Amino acid sequence: MKVAVVKYNAGNIRSVDYALKRLGVEAVITADKEELQSADKVIFPGVGEAETTMKHLKATGLDELIKNLRQPVLGICLGMQLMCRHSEEGAVDCLNIFDVDVKRFVPQKHEDKVPHMGWNTIGSTNSKLFEGFTEEEFVYFVHSFYVPACDFTAATTDYIHPFSAALHKDNFYATQFHPEKSGKTGEKILMNFLNL
Amino acid sequence: MLAKRIVPCLDIKDGQTVKGTNFVNLRQAGDPVELGRAYSEQGADELVFLDITASHEGRKTFTELVKRIAANINIPFTVGGGINELSDVDRLLNAGADKISINSSAIRNPQLIDEIAKNFGSQVCVLAVDAKQTENGWKCYLNGGRIETDKDLFEWTKEAQERGAGEILFTSMNHDGVKAGYANDALAVLADQLSIPIIASGGAGCKEHFRDVFLQGKADAALAASVFHFGEIKITELKLYLCGEGITIRGGRHPGQVSMRMNNLFR
Repeated sequence: MKVAVVKYNAGNIRSVDYALKRLGVEAVITADKEELQSADKVIFPGVGEAETTMKHLKATGLDELIKNLRQPVLGICLGMQLMCRHSEEGAVDCLNIFDVDVKRFVPQKHEDKVPHMGWNTIGSTNSKLFEGFTEEEFVYFVHSFYVPACDFTAATTDYIHPFSAALHKDNFYATQFHPEKSGKTGEKILMNFLNL
Repeated sequence: MLAKRIVPCLDIKDGQTVKGTNFVNLRQAGDPVELGRAYSEQGADELVFLDITASHEGRKTFTELVKRIAANINIPFTVGGGINELSDVDRLLNAGADKISINSSAIRNPQLIDEIAKNFGSQVCVLAVDAKQTENGWKCYLNGGRIETDKDLFEWTKEAQERGAGEILFTSMNHDGVKAGYANDALAVLADQLSIPIIASGGAGCKEHFRDVFLQGKADAALAASVFHFGEIKITELKLYLCGEGITIRGGRHPGQVSMRMNNLFR
């Protein structure tokens, strides 16, 4: 099986690569169109800022390429947000794979700290990413923007209010949290993706 | 619910773990990667690796160590020590660290916080502060607690937040190594005045101290070193205890148990 990780100016590519290596998978980290198109699985990581990153994706043509992939694709964190229609972070239009808009967290009380950072539970899981999950599991989040609950929600988390911890539509999967940093639970999710 | 975090801290000198009492008398306590992995398996939520080597040679060793940690450990980790400029941050993030912590260098050059936040995001920037309660209030110290400054703990952490720090790691020098509990009063004041997460450090001696730092000190995370290194407190048992005390904690149940809620039904 060939696993490709989209290479661009994202902050967590190395962490994703290490996580895959721990699962025994040697991924190709590449921005090459043919390599990405011919992979069995594609991972679209992301740590950074939406507007700058979208500009980069457009300039390199990766935006059209990612949208048109037919194999299972997993977006992580900013990767997931960029797969949505539009983001409040820099008020930028994104890939529009998921027809939903990314919003900024607005604290409702003093205890609501932004970014939402740390371990929180995912519930209402309804995607193959979470196969074998029998109870609420903790996963690791770091984000200031969120995707509201919508038709594509594949898992929810409650912080300030319920939001989409994961999305799924056709061959596109995405997690707001970082499976590559979420201990054994994260490894299970990555394995489930690799086994799709 | 967002879980409270348990954070073992590993002080590193020449690639090895050490821990002092009241910042002196360093004792040896194992290989950092092995120890880090063991903590991760026991349920640690995050790890902190502080490089207390000052030499250039030691710093290179530390960068290599950070790469090994990133390759072997599947939870987030913060590194600190000897970070004076953006290129240090870049080097350590590139080696695989999730966050970096700055302390003396930020007091000397507060602009460094703005630069890190702007270039890498607030979420990677942990502002560590060593402070001591004196007759003139809580004062910040430089160089691992060796040099007193006129900076006030509460004013400095507020400024750091405004400059873009993503988290505060506060070590009370009065409490560090004494094992009589965290500086809960000062921590609660910090929690009320800041809107970023606070990691409490210094004073853990028993499980109850962790409960108190979360409930009274309102900390988001509790850091400790020697009680974990020497096995005085097992993280698995600590988490079970905290969960029983009604604190939201990740993994606060025995493997095989249905859920903590079920567990409570049987009590």
